[in-house]
Amino acid sequence: MVDPVLSVRGLKVDFGGEGRSVPVVRGVDFDVYPNELLCIVGESGSGKSVTSLAVTGLLSETARMSGSVRLCGVDVIGAAPETLRQMRGRDVGFIFQDPTTTLNPVLTVGRQITEGEVAHGRLKKADAHARAAELLREVDVADPEGRAGQYPHQFSGGMRQRAVIAMAMAGQPKLIIADEPTTALDVTVQAQVLAVLARRQAELGSAVILITHDLGVVAEVADRVAVMYGGRIVETAPVAEIFANPRHPYTRALLRSQPRIDTSDARLDPIPGQPPTPGALTKGCSFQPRCAVGRDRPLCMTEEPGLRPVGDGRLSACHYPDELGPDTVPAAPRAVAEAASATAEPLLIVDGLKVHFPVKTGVLRRTTGWVKAVDGVSLSVNPGETVSLVGESGCGKTTTGRAIMGLIKATGGSIRFAGRSVRDLDGAAMRKARREMQYVFQDPYASLNPVLSVEDIVAEPLKIHGIYDEMGGARRIAELFDMVGLSRSMLGRFPSEFSGGQKQRIGIARALALQPKLLILDEPVAALDVSIQAQVINLLQDLQAELGLAYLFIAHNLSVVRHVSDRVAVMYLGRIVEESSRDGLYGLPVHPYTQSLLSAAPVPDPEVRDTRRRIVLEGEIPNPASPPTGCTFHPRCFRATARCASESPSFGRYQETATRTSCHHAGPLAEAHRNVFAAGSLEAAS
Amino acid sequence: MSRLLRKTGSILARLLSRKGSALALLFLSAVTFAAIFANFLPLDPFGQKLVNALKGPSATNWFGTDELGRDILARVVYGARTSLLTAAGAVAIAALAGVPIGLVAGFFGGWRDAALMRLVDVLLALPAILFAMAMIAVLGRSQAAALIAVGITGIPSFARITRAQVLTLRKRDFVTAVEAFGGSATYNMFRTILPNSWSPIFVQVVVLCSVAILLEAALSFLGVGVPPPTPSWGEMLRTGKSYLHEAPYYAVLPGLVLTLTILSFDVLGRALSDILQGRRDVDVVAKAGEASS
Repeated sequence: MVDPVLSVRGLKVDFGGEGRSVPVVRGVDFDVYPNELLCIVGESGSGKSVTSLAVTGLLSETARMSGSVRLCGVDVIGAAPETLRQMRGRDVGFIFQDPTTTLNPVLTVGRQITEGEVAHGRLKKADAHARAAELLREVDVADPEGRAGQYPHQFSGGMRQRAVIAMAMAGQPKLIIADEPTTALDVTVQAQVLAVLARRQAELGSAVILITHDLGVVAEVADRVAVMYGGRIVETAPVAEIFANPRHPYTRALLRSQPRIDTSDARLDPIPGQPPTPGALTKGCSFQPRCAVGRDRPLCMTEEPGLRPVGDGRLSACHYPDELGPDTVPAAPRAVAEAASATAEPLLIVDGLKVHFPVKTGVLRRTTGWVKAVDGVSLSVNPGETVSLVGESGCGKTTTGRAIMGLIKATGGSIRFAGRSVRDLDGAAMRKARREMQYVFQDPYASLNPVLSVEDIVAEPLKIHGIYDEMGGARRIAELFDMVGLSRSMLGRFPSEFSGGQKQRIGIARALALQPKLLILDEPVAALDVSIQAQVINLLQDLQAELGLAYLFIAHNLSVVRHVSDRVAVMYLGRIVEESSRDGLYGLPVHPYTQSLLSAAPVPDPEVRDTRRRIVLEGEIPNPASPPTGCTFHPRCFRATARCASESPSFGRYQETATRTSCHHAGPLAEAHRNVFAAGSLEAAS
Repeated sequence: MSRLLRKTGSILARLLSRKGSALALLFLSAVTFAAIFANFLPLDPFGQKLVNALKGPSATNWFGTDELGRDILARVVYGARTSLLTAAGAVAIAALAGVPIGLVAGFFGGWRDAALMRLVDVLLALPAILFAMAMIAVLGRSQAAALIAVGITGIPSFARITRAQVLTLRKRDFVTAVEAFGGSATYNMFRTILPNSWSPIFVQVVVLCSVAILLEAALSFLGVGVPPPTPSWGEMLRTGKSYLHEAPYYAVLPGLVLTLTILSFDVLGRALSDILQGRRDVDVVAKAGEASS
């Protein structure tokens, strides 16, 4: 047996001063071996990031650590700062979540990559540039010699993260710690970065700890998985085992609460309640209040279970690990709202919508160019239907939503809502139009006024429109609270007293106050924890069925979109490139961008990761201020020809299907009508 | 309402838990109390007894007497009334003019922002004391004139602080949300943004009080402030300095009270900014903790 690179036993971390210390990590044991990729999965507050900082001695002075941590033969707890510094420089590499803040903006990327090696005396200053270029080449950065002399702001997000990977790997460390390395990146870029990370690890034989909340990423890259909950590891197992047969109720609940891109379950199975806060843990098992197995059993209520072997190298911290049968949720797709879409007049018709922002330069602020954030978007939403707008960051999906809502002025095109034009309305007319169209924001923390009680927040739209009493006053507010599943006893509280999921419910209640017909949902679950996402998605679906609402759902998460939508439109650089029914789009995508987006999305199933072939797109979304000529996708497209570079494709129906697309070479991948997710069916993209 | 009381209570408790701000608060309460209830105290600031002129501190005249035999303590207490009244009036004028300017400039931006803020810059460019003297030259020497003059010099600080606050709040989702369900710009400015901006504005109120008191004293010292015989600290310093040799207490004691008052306002302002700002930092940390990962 090889010795582990990192061995952690009984690690405990407390924060806070005397008297009121908060246990954030409460007894964690694990080992990481060379050439192994261990994923630590958990929701916010589970202690996963703190664990990774603790094992390298990077926690601040206010943290108290106990237990034992052996990293490459050094006892981290109690080691001298100089020993730790030497050890970190030699044996450990770090990759953090946000590459924009990891890199120092005033130093060239090349200098930063080699800084560690130079400081530790392993590299001569004169050779640094050549070495930097070599390292950048190893992480697939084009033109590495030129790039090494550039500054971080000249790099795109994905390139920056690859530069951070190059920096972390420069010293050939024995251990690499990657804390949510792809969370800030788009799905096509995430695929590139994960591929580079995996390849470099294989080449160096390092051990990697990858911290993430995304089960799709886990299934794509992990060898072994540790699931954390409430400051402890509740289950560890090889990746295939944990997905096929979880042995802790939390793991199974987590798997079942996530929408999957390859199936669309009729209903998600959310974990009830809220993740625990480190300061207020329940007695006994910390998962017990939310657990389906242990609910109210005396043993679970009183005794915290230890991490025990449950067969073939697996450990589970559950009193009843054998009561979990294999996962047998049928993959039944949600019924599409056909009836409504066929007959009724569309509620919202957007035609040729354009939003161009001027680019002003110089002292005189003259307009020297235009950023075409939205450049000719046409879509319609029928009553009771969910239409999703999907795309990567910067594609203009949020701008489209805000322009429809009238929060940003449209520069062209028409917006018709319930038979009336609502573009360029002012004052009273706009206010009237907005009564039937409401907006739910992405960030529940920022969208509620912190100085108002939640009752006043939900009542505010009614009061502004002067119909508070007419609509039933306080009774109406209480009804709205019932509708979104919040207790009436919470009415007098303030937003800061609520968790993210509850705040989003308040945001939804506020949007429903005026009895709208259409809700524009701007990434309504993106800021929420996995187990909370499912609760909110279910709520939205219930409300739609109950109130006959139409949704315009703006999102980047293809799994969530598949789960909630009737129709889906894919946006790229301000235009819709493909639009179809949900099953049409996911079953038979015809635009190369849609195809690569779908193939890049991680699937939470380790079984298919070796057989599924991905189209990894080159490069990143171009700057919308100077889009490429012709088809804006052609520089990244695997089907592009000379025609694509010169001639912009028109948006129209693809053959006899319901799909509309804008591509000169639209067509299914390789063989027609084959699901891209059937293992091994995806044609190589080259 | 009860929340406001609770919040005020907790801020007060935190002020009292610090030694410096507790002392400052105590001193200012004493000065304010004396100024408000001066009529009920056995003090007479106007009674002249020339035989008693320039007598040192004694059991009957704790701070001694001035050149006309008037009780200096009585004049200090009544002078506090002048100082605090001028400060309160000036700060009210500055806030009532400055806050809306900052709101409108920050909220709408564009030409309104440019026009209003240039106006504010002009005010800021003029030395406060010169500007106040010019104002008094125009309006004539009176308490109202001093109050208005000091008030106008305080406008830029409120305008700038409010504008900065509006700029950080303007693009926040909860402001956009009000717009989305039909709230007007006026509603948003006064009902959404303003209640979220109270902390820095309140700190500025306290800070400006000390500036206003100093400016009023300076005007009186130069002989253009509140006209005699109304007692004023600056006026007492002005006459007292002529008798610095024979009666040093005459200038020193009122000067000490003036210094302590200004110092107290400064200490209080700093403590408040710590408490109010610090509280926001805690919220941000809590949020970051929840939102990360």
